[in-house]
Amino acid sequence: MTLLEERPEAGEEAVETIWRDAPGLAGFFSTVDHKRIGMRYIYTAFVFFFVAGLQALVMRAQLTTAEADVVSPEVYNQLFTMHGTMMIFLFNTPVLAGFGNYILPLQLGTRDMAFPRLNAFSYWVFLLSGIFMISSLLIGKQPDGGWFAYVPLTEKAYSPGINMDFWGLGVAFAGISTTVGAVNFIVTTFKMRAPGMTVDRLPMFVWSILSMAFMVIFAVPAVTVASLLLEADRLFGTAFYNAEQGGSPLLYQHLFWFWGHPEVYILFVPATGMISMIIPVFARRPLAGYTWAAASLIAIGFISFGVWVHHMFATGLPALAMSFFSAASLIIAIPSGVLFFCWIATMWRGRVEWTTPMLFALGFMLIFLLGGITGVMVAVLPFDWQVHDSYFVVAHFHYVLNGAVVFPIFGALYFWLPKMTGRMLDERMGRWSFWTMFVGFNLAFFPMHILGFLGMPRRMYTYPGGLGWEALNVIITVGSAMFGLGTLLTVVAVVRSRTGGKPAGPNPWRADSLEWATASSPPPHYNFEAIPIVSGRHPLWEDEPVRDAESGDDSATRAYGPEGAVRRETPVTTGLDADPEETMTIPGETYVPFVLALGLAVIFVGLLVEATLVGIVGLVLAAAGLVTWGWRTEADLK
Amino acid sequence: MTAGRRHRTAALAAAAVALVTVGCGGDPPSALNPQGPQAERIADVWWLMFAMATAVYVVVAGLIIAAAMRGRRAPEGEARPSRITDSSFIWVGGVIAPALILGVLAVVTVDSTNDLRRAEPGALRIEVTGYRWWWDVRYPDHGVVTANEIHIPAGRPVEMGLRSADVIHSFWVPELAGKVDQVPGQRNVIRLQADKPGTYRGFCAEFCGLQHAKMQYLVIADSPADFTRWITRRQRPPGGPASEEAALGQVVFNRSTCGACHSVRGTAATGTSAPDLSDFGSRTTIGAVSMENNRVNLAEWIRNPHESKPGNLMPPTYLPPEELDALVAYLESLE
Repeated sequence: MTLLEERPEAGEEAVETIWRDAPGLAGFFSTVDHKRIGMRYIYTAFVFFFVAGLQALVMRAQLTTAEADVVSPEVYNQLFTMHGTMMIFLFNTPVLAGFGNYILPLQLGTRDMAFPRLNAFSYWVFLLSGIFMISSLLIGKQPDGGWFAYVPLTEKAYSPGINMDFWGLGVAFAGISTTVGAVNFIVTTFKMRAPGMTVDRLPMFVWSILSMAFMVIFAVPAVTVASLLLEADRLFGTAFYNAEQGGSPLLYQHLFWFWGHPEVYILFVPATGMISMIIPVFARRPLAGYTWAAASLIAIGFISFGVWVHHMFATGLPALAMSFFSAASLIIAIPSGVLFFCWIATMWRGRVEWTTPMLFALGFMLIFLLGGITGVMVAVLPFDWQVHDSYFVVAHFHYVLNGAVVFPIFGALYFWLPKMTGRMLDERMGRWSFWTMFVGFNLAFFPMHILGFLGMPRRMYTYPGGLGWEALNVIITVGSAMFGLGTLLTVVAVVRSRTGGKPAGPNPWRADSLEWATASSPPPHYNFEAIPIVSGRHPLWEDEPVRDAESGDDSATRAYGPEGAVRRETPVTTGLDADPEETMTIPGETYVPFVLALGLAVIFVGLLVEATLVGIVGLVLAAAGLVTWGWRTEADLK
Repeated sequence: MTAGRRHRTAALAAAAVALVTVGCGGDPPSALNPQGPQAERIADVWWLMFAMATAVYVVVAGLIIAAAMRGRRAPEGEARPSRITDSSFIWVGGVIAPALILGVLAVVTVDSTNDLRRAEPGALRIEVTGYRWWWDVRYPDHGVVTANEIHIPAGRPVEMGLRSADVIHSFWVPELAGKVDQVPGQRNVIRLQADKPGTYRGFCAEFCGLQHAKMQYLVIADSPADFTRWITRRQRPPGGPASEEAALGQVVFNRSTCGACHSVRGTAATGTSAPDLSDFGSRTTIGAVSMENNRVNLAEWIRNPHESKPGNLMPPTYLPPEELDALVAYLESLE
């Protein structure tokens, strides 16, 4: 309390000084600013996206003709294993976390995430786990047991090399990042909203991140356990999955898919959140069926945990048990259908502007519609027995994971990058990029449905001629090259915008949510000089302009405005009604998250090379990081 | 099965269209060209779903495009009025229509699953075990062992027990039935039947390592009489070498320790970690359908199996040319 009396008069300049990062490398490694971290997430994830995409193109080169010899079977198996692993763990999941990181605190009208150091930590873990996994490429020993790493193929007996250890340890390592990120999103959403942003005023993107974060918390431990038990089998000779010694190969599949299917929704749900922000902005009216859409996102979160066995329909489980999962897999189409018609209704009674983000949203809908329909089909048990592990399934999940997740991500890039960099992306280049991607995508993935019917199994490094598969494979390769080219056009657009892009201004799209209410693009370090007061679901579309809160002299409101700021502070509000409750101190720059993440990385490297000493060094480093972390909390409050 | 026939006509029509469109030749092992009741039942389910899916796609995609277009005619800054309310869109399109469609599919699922899982009386029993990267095939009621080419009598139901000797494999003959995994430590069952004599290509459908791609097999449906002949022949020992060259070949075979992994019925070769060769000469392919079974390919294969199937578990065998020829002659004489 005594602190309050000592507060000097401070304005914008003081706030700027307080929130600014140290310049140069020092600031680079020690920042806890959610905006910098969010951008890094996005850029880093896109590096992995292009590496994994190139791997796919090499696979296509190999499959263009029958009996081709572009790569050896060893290399091909490594390529498809790492393509899947990187796209899921190192691109899709983290790039969505990146957008969440950047956008969510802005949409909530707060100055940072609830746990900024944890946020920095989760990025460093993502980066280091990515480097960990991709280093296998540099030494030519990429994992080769499939991105799903089914046992017993991935056990030491059948995969003796170090390859699968990169996978098993890397997945467990990356899971730490996703999990702590989810905790951060949940707490931020419930405790950091601007006053007046009651739960029924949350932007749809926030709803989607919230649903995603809850799924992560329940699902990711399963894959962590699956991969760590695999590593225990591999490194220490346990027999969790060894049938001969009383273990069970199917135990692995249950654990893996208990995460693996919710994971599809972990990716898809935030993507629908992006779409649900983009469509209303360009249809120029609020989302139709707001409550329906929010309820659907939550419903998907629940039902997603009842569908995992549909990946195991061919494993010989009892029919009655499988029927339950078949039914759940059908039912999950209903909340998705509701979302779809919320978007259609929004556009129907609106006036749609065909901007690039909107094009990507429309492309997303046309693609996901098909992916959703084939998803319902594979829920039908007997049909799944026929198409399971064939190219039909490859087509299906690329319609979902590429079409229904990557298209929204590209749309979001055109939509939000102007906020992040202050520069618009070129619309003409955007349209070219979209149409090249859209046509290339369908050329590449639609014929795969037919290939599946024609009997082509997945994961074949080569195939015999004369089975009627050749022509389709040529079309697929042409399509994938075209899709790749389309993504490069967006890279060109992004690079060009950094120097020559039109200045965006604070709200180039005349959008409704609070990220567009910051004074500038990119937003200042502190996001909002004064916290906005929310009086409706669409703050910037309400009749009255957004009001700035003023600092009071009680502990709940003292950080509302810039007056009297002496340290990084932001208000805390109540969970449902966002009433003023508390003020929290945002920690300043610190190397501790980096040190802790580095310590963990060293531990995992120690396990990888089976060197006890390295492991001990990592443990010491991590312990030092943790202790300092706890220590600093006390110091910060003084 | 009249509904089935009608669907089959539709299937053939659509398959013809697909073939013309992509202009591909060849003879695909197509799930939509069913050759037995199990695959036909699944194809029927597919054509029903295909009809429903097409209708749904056309209607919903039409709505998306119409919704995105119609506002363009409204004056700037104004929305185009509509008599359809938001909530009727959501109720009808998002809840009622999908619920009806999914209800139909749920009934179809339960019904077809029950039919396909039902055991048929009088089925021929076969045990198939997956190995990296080939198939061991046994007829327990006849005491016959073979590999990679599974003979069945046309028109008779077959019940196959599926196991694995190492990693997970999956048994799939698209023209005859869906797939069932072969999981170590358990025995799964697949039921299938071929209506007509013919050769149907099968695949391993679960990634099983380096040579997953070349782990294929053939299901050869014979007429009942031919099948009886085939299986009876294999209940007797293959008989001595037919020629002098083949006799030398048998000596080479034994000296080269082929028999440590391979078996030949009625001889000292009793290995079990590689395909049984008792009727090798009558098989049409080598290396789990990697290539045609002829003398040139076989000699090539014995000399270096890794040339055509890199990483497979058979070691190369270095032999002088005449011994290699003799060995080939011996193997081709086995029936």
